[in-house]
Amino acid sequence: MPILSAGQRHKITVTLNGEERTGHAEPRMLLSDFLRHELGATGTHVGCEHGVCGACTIKLDGQPTRSCLTLAVQVDGSQLETVEGLGASDGSLGVLQDCFRRHFALQCGFCTAGILMSLDTYLRDQPNAGEDDLRALLSGHICRCTGYTPIIAAALEAAEILRARELQPEQRGPDV
Amino acid sequence: MFAAPTNTPRTTPITPNTPWLGRSVERPEDAALLTGSQRFMDDLGAPPGTLHAAFVRSPHPHARIVKIDTAQALQCPGVHAVITGAAIAAFSRPFVVGVKAPMEHRSVAVDHVRYQGEPVAIVLGDTPYTAEDGMALVDVTYEPLTAIVDPQDAMDDGAVLLHHEVGSNVVADRHFRYGDPESAFASAAHTISIDICYPRNSVTPIECYGLVAEFHSGSESYEVTSNFQGPFALHPVMALALKIPANRLRLKSPPASGGSFGTKQGVFPYIVACCVASRIAGRPVKWIEDRLEHLMAATSATNRVTMLRAAVEADGRITALDWDQIDDCGAYLRAPEPATIYRMHGNMTGAYDIRHLAIRNRNVLTNKTPSGLVRGFGGPQVYFALERLIQKMALQLGREPLEIIRKNLIAADDFPYRTASGGLYDSGNYQAALQLAEDDDRIERLQQRQREVRAVGGLYGIGMAAIVEPSISNMGYITTVLTAEERAAAGPKGGAVATASVSIDALGSISAHISSVPQGQGHETVIAQVVADGLGLTPDTITVNTELDTGRDAWSVASGNYSSRFAGAVAGAAKMATDRLRSRLADIAAAHFDCDNTDITFADGTIGATGSAIKSMPFRRLGATSHWAQSTLPQGMEPVIRETVFWSPDVLAPPNATDEINSSAAHGFVFDVCGVEIDRDTGRVRVDQYVTVHDAGTLLHPAMADGQVRGGFSNALGATLYEHFSYGADGSFQSGTFADYTVPTAAEVPDIEILHVQTPSPITPLGAKGIGEGNCMSTPVCIANAVADALGREDIELPLTPSRMFELLDNQEPPKPVASGNGLERPTLRRADYTVTGHGETHVPVAPETIWPQFFDVQAIQSIVPGCQSIEEVDPYHFKGQVNLGVGIVKGLFDADVRMEDVVEPKSLCLIGTANGPLGSSNGEAVVVLIPDETGTRIRYSYGINLSGKAAAIGGRMIGGATKILINEFFRRLAARVAPEHTEPSTLLIKVPDSIQKLWRSICALVQGGRS
Ligand code: FES
Ligand code: FES
Repeated sequence: MPILSAGQRHKITVTLNGEERTGHAEPRMLLSDFLRHELGATGTHVGCEHGVCGACTIKLDGQPTRSCLTLAVQVDGSQLETVEGLGASDGSLGVLQDCFRRHFALQCGFCTAGILMSLDTYLRDQPNAGEDDLRALLSGHICRCTGYTPIIAAALEAAEILRARELQPEQRGPDV
Repeated sequence: MFAAPTNTPRTTPITPNTPWLGRSVERPEDAALLTGSQRFMDDLGAPPGTLHAAFVRSPHPHARIVKIDTAQALQCPGVHAVITGAAIAAFSRPFVVGVKAPMEHRSVAVDHVRYQGEPVAIVLGDTPYTAEDGMALVDVTYEPLTAIVDPQDAMDDGAVLLHHEVGSNVVADRHFRYGDPESAFASAAHTISIDICYPRNSVTPIECYGLVAEFHSGSESYEVTSNFQGPFALHPVMALALKIPANRLRLKSPPASGGSFGTKQGVFPYIVACCVASRIAGRPVKWIEDRLEHLMAATSATNRVTMLRAAVEADGRITALDWDQIDDCGAYLRAPEPATIYRMHGNMTGAYDIRHLAIRNRNVLTNKTPSGLVRGFGGPQVYFALERLIQKMALQLGREPLEIIRKNLIAADDFPYRTASGGLYDSGNYQAALQLAEDDDRIERLQQRQREVRAVGGLYGIGMAAIVEPSISNMGYITTVLTAEERAAAGPKGGAVATASVSIDALGSISAHISSVPQGQGHETVIAQVVADGLGLTPDTITVNTELDTGRDAWSVASGNYSSRFAGAVAGAAKMATDRLRSRLADIAAAHFDCDNTDITFADGTIGATGSAIKSMPFRRLGATSHWAQSTLPQGMEPVIRETVFWSPDVLAPPNATDEINSSAAHGFVFDVCGVEIDRDTGRVRVDQYVTVHDAGTLLHPAMADGQVRGGFSNALGATLYEHFSYGADGSFQSGTFADYTVPTAAEVPDIEILHVQTPSPITPLGAKGIGEGNCMSTPVCIANAVADALGREDIELPLTPSRMFELLDNQEPPKPVASGNGLERPTLRRADYTVTGHGETHVPVAPETIWPQFFDVQAIQSIVPGCQSIEEVDPYHFKGQVNLGVGIVKGLFDADVRMEDVVEPKSLCLIGTANGPLGSSNGEAVVVLIPDETGTRIRYSYGINLSGKAAAIGGRMIGGATKILINEFFRRLAARVAPEHTEPSTLLIKVPDSIQKLWRSICALVQGGRS
C-alpha cells in the first residue's frame, strides 16, 4: 500500500463498465463522489453515506460494494460496474431492468441503481433464489416508495427468465 | 408466500376503443431511471465558479450564541467565506408566520438557537469537502439554556420560553363548537375517552435536500434550482423573507426528485439562506444536505397529545366528540404550520355521522426541529385517537369493533355529506367497502387464525380502522386558526388552483406541462394517458414535462405535490386543457371538412368527420395548421397552439363566520383490517395478514394506485413499529443515522391485499381522488388496535419496538447475576439523569499509593487518556486539554475541562468534566474507588455522560459502546504505566478513532443483520 499524502490529489485509473477511465482524488474522497463528480457517472446515488441505505451499491471486482464506505484511492486498478453498464449492448434495457419496468418496481427511482446492482450480482450467484432469499438480500437496501413487493416480483421474474436463458444458451441475448 | 400480482387485473378486455386512462400502461419515466441517465438535483452540475455550502449547526437544543469566531475557518485552504446569521439577516427578514404572534424565525439563527441542528452560519468552500473542513473550524461559544421537550411541560406557567417576544410557548389556542356537544354529553348513556401521545417521525426520502442558488446583481433577482416540491404558497413566503418582489425569485425544479413524501417542503429556509449567501459571496452557491442533517434538522411530523371523549348511546351510536389536541410544532411555527392540525378540520368526525363536536386546538413550541409536511399530514394523529377510541368503545360496551363502526358510518345515500365542522364529503359508499373486506370470509379467516394461535397460548390480535382520506387541500384551511374577525381583517383565503397546458408544435406533436412537481408518482404516465384519450393519440407520442419554472410556467400558490392533489386536481386540469384544445381543433377541422364541429372525431392519430371515410386527415397535419397556415383558419379564429387551464374546485370556500371549513375538495375512504402475531419472548410484532380497501373514486392507473397504497403502507409500518425521532430529556437529538432511525426493509414489510371500490367524485373532472396518504392514516392505528386486542391493553404508544413491546408484555428482565467477592458496591454517581452510564473494574498489582499520583500528574494523564493531544494544569484539582476523538463518520477535537472533587487520598475521587467540540458537547462524571487487596489494587469506577450535538445524534447505543472501550483503555493504560510487566497489550488495534470506526461498522453490520 503506497503512502498517500492527505492534501494531494492522486491519479486513479479504473475500468468502469468495461471502459478505462482516469480521474483524480484526494485520499479522503469517497468512491461514490469520485464516480459521480470526478467521472460523471451520476447513475449511482447517495442516500446516507453511512452504509445503511444501499443506494450507492456498485460492483467492485464483481462484488457488491457500498461506494460510500469505500475510498476512491482504494480502487485504483479495479473493475467497477455501475447501473450505467447494466443495459444490453444495443442500449435497450437488460432483463432485470425490464422486469422492474413491467412490475412498477420503482417510483422515484433514487434507490433503484443500488438495488439493481445487488440483485444483478445475486441472481448471477444464486440463480434459484426464492422470495425469502431476495427479501433477505434486499434487507441491505431502503426503498421508501414501493413497499418492496413489486421489487421482489420483478426479481423473481427476472430470475425465471435468466434461468430459461441458461437452458437455451444459443438463444442467450445480451447480458443482464 | 409471494402472492400478489402487481397489476390489478382488468375485468373488461382491451379493445382499440378502450380508453388509455384506467389501464396500467408502462411508465415513460422508467427507462431513464433504470439506466442511471435521469438527472436528480445533485446530478445537474452547477454554473462555473459555484461555491459549496456547509451549515454550521447548533449542538445544543436551546442556547444563546455568545460569540462566533470565524478566523480559523477562514484560514482553512479552500474556504471562501463564513457567513453568520447576522450577515444573512442584513439581506433578509424573518419568515411570516401563520398566527398572530411576534415569533422571529430566520433561515440562519441570530443570537439564539432553539433546536439541535439549527443553522448558525454557512461556510462556503471550493468543494463540499473544504466547506466541511471550514465548518469544523468555526468556533461558536454558546450559553446553554434549559430545553423543553414535552409539549405539556411547555404549557406550564413558568416554563422556559422559546420566544420571549411571544410571551408563551402556546402560539395558538382555539376552541370550536359545532352543533350542541354539551347537551349530547349530558344526555349520553356513556362517555368514553382516551388519551393519546402520537410520536415524532417522518417519511424520509432517500434523496436529501439540494439546491443551487444564484443572485443576479444586474436585476437584483434570485434564481434557484432545488428539489422543493411545493406548496408554492411558500414562494411568496420566501420572496418576503428575501425582501424582493415575487417576480424576482425564480424557482426551478430538476427533472427528477428522489422521493419527498411532503418533506421537501422544508427545504425553503435553506433556499433563502443560500440565496443570501450567494449575494454576499458574489458567486452561485450549491448545497446538498447529508443524512445526519436531514434526520436531525430537516423536518418532522408533529407529535401530538390528544384527549378525546365521545358521547355514546346505549346502542353504540356516537352523538358527540370532544377533542383536546396539543400539537408540538417544534421550535418555530414554520410555514405552512399550523397546517398539520387544521388540515383535518373538516374531517374531525372521521367516517362517522356525528353531528355534535367540540374541538380545542393548541399549537405548542418545544426545542425540536420545526414540523412540516409528511405523508398523511395531520391524519395519523387524528385517526390514531379516533380509531383507538372506537376499539375501546367496543370493548367497553361488549360489542365487536366492526359493529360500532357500522352503526356510525355515514350512510351511502347521505352523500354529498356535510360534516359538523363544515367538510363536504363528495361521494362514497363506506358500507360497500366494508362488505368487500368481509367477502371471501376474510375477517372470518382472521378470527379462525386468532382462535388457533390463542389455543396454543400465542398472542394474536385483530385490528381495524375506518378513515376518510382527504385530498386537494383548501388553501384557506390554515386560516381557521385565526378568529373570524382576524380573518376578515386579513382578507378571505380559499380555493386550490391546479394548472395544466397542452400544446401543439410545428410538426403537430403534442406536449403537456403540469405544475405538479412529482417525486416518482408517475405523473408523466397519467397525463400522457389523459391527453392521448382526448386527442385520439397513443400515450407514447405525448411528451409530458413536469419541471416547474416559476419564471416561465403557469403556476399558482396551490402548485406542487402534496395533499394527494394530482389525480383529482392536476390530471383533471390536464383533461380540461385537452378538451379545450380538442374543441378548438374540431372547429378548424369542421371548417376544413365543411361540416359541423360536433361531427369531428379524433381517433387513431387522425382527425375525421363522421359518416365520411374520405374526410380525414392525419392529426399532426391538421394540428400544425396554426403554425404554418393561419389563413386557412376559420374567420376570426386565433391560432390554436397552446391551451392552459387554471382549475379550482368551487367547493373550497374560505372558513365561514362560524368556523366551518371544507378543508379538502375530495374525500376518499379506507377500511383496513389486520391480524398480528406477537412473539412473547422477543416482543416482535409480526403482521400476519393485512387487507386494505380503498375508495379513491375513479382509478386512473390501477398499478400505480396500488403502488401508492403499498408505499404508504410501508411508510406507515415504519411509523408503527420502528421509526422515531428520539430526543433525550435534555433535548438532545438521538436519531441521526439510518442505524438509529430505523426504516423498514424488504425483510420487514409484508405483502398486503389491496381491494378497491370506486365511487367517482362529482367534484373532480375525472372523478378521481387521492390515494397515496390513506394508509399513513389508517395503518398505524389498525396495527395498534390489533396489538391492543392481542395484549388486552389500552396503553398502546408508537412505535411498537421490541423494547416497548417488552414493557407492554410485562416481561421481567432476568435478574442480573449478583457480584461475588468482597460485596463492595460499585461507586454511586452523584446524578442519576445521564444518557450513557457504565461501570467497571480492573486490577493492578501495585498499591493504591503508587497509583494515586498518576491522577494528578500532567504527563501521566496525557499518556493515559486516549487521544489526548495536550493538557495543562489550572490548579492541582483542575485540568484543561484537548482530546481527539471520533465515532464513525464524525470525529474531531474536543476542548476538555476536568475538575476533581471529593478527593479522599488514596481511596477515591470524583472527576467532573465537560467537553466541547465539533462532535457536540458533553458533560459527565466518573467516580473512582481504589480498594487495596492482597495482590495490589482493585480499581472500581462508575461513569455517567450526557451528550448533545452530532455525538448524541448518532446514537446512544453506539456512544455507550465507544465510551466503554475508551474508559477501559484509560484504566488499561493506567495499569500499564504503574505496572508495565503485568498489563495486557491494548485491544485497540490502531489508534482510537479508527477503532471506533470499526466498532461503528460492526454495529452497522449488526443492525443490518445479515444484510449484503
Ligand atoms: S449511500 Fe451508501 S449505503 Fe447509503
Ligand atoms: S423508488 Fe423511491 S426510494 Fe425506491
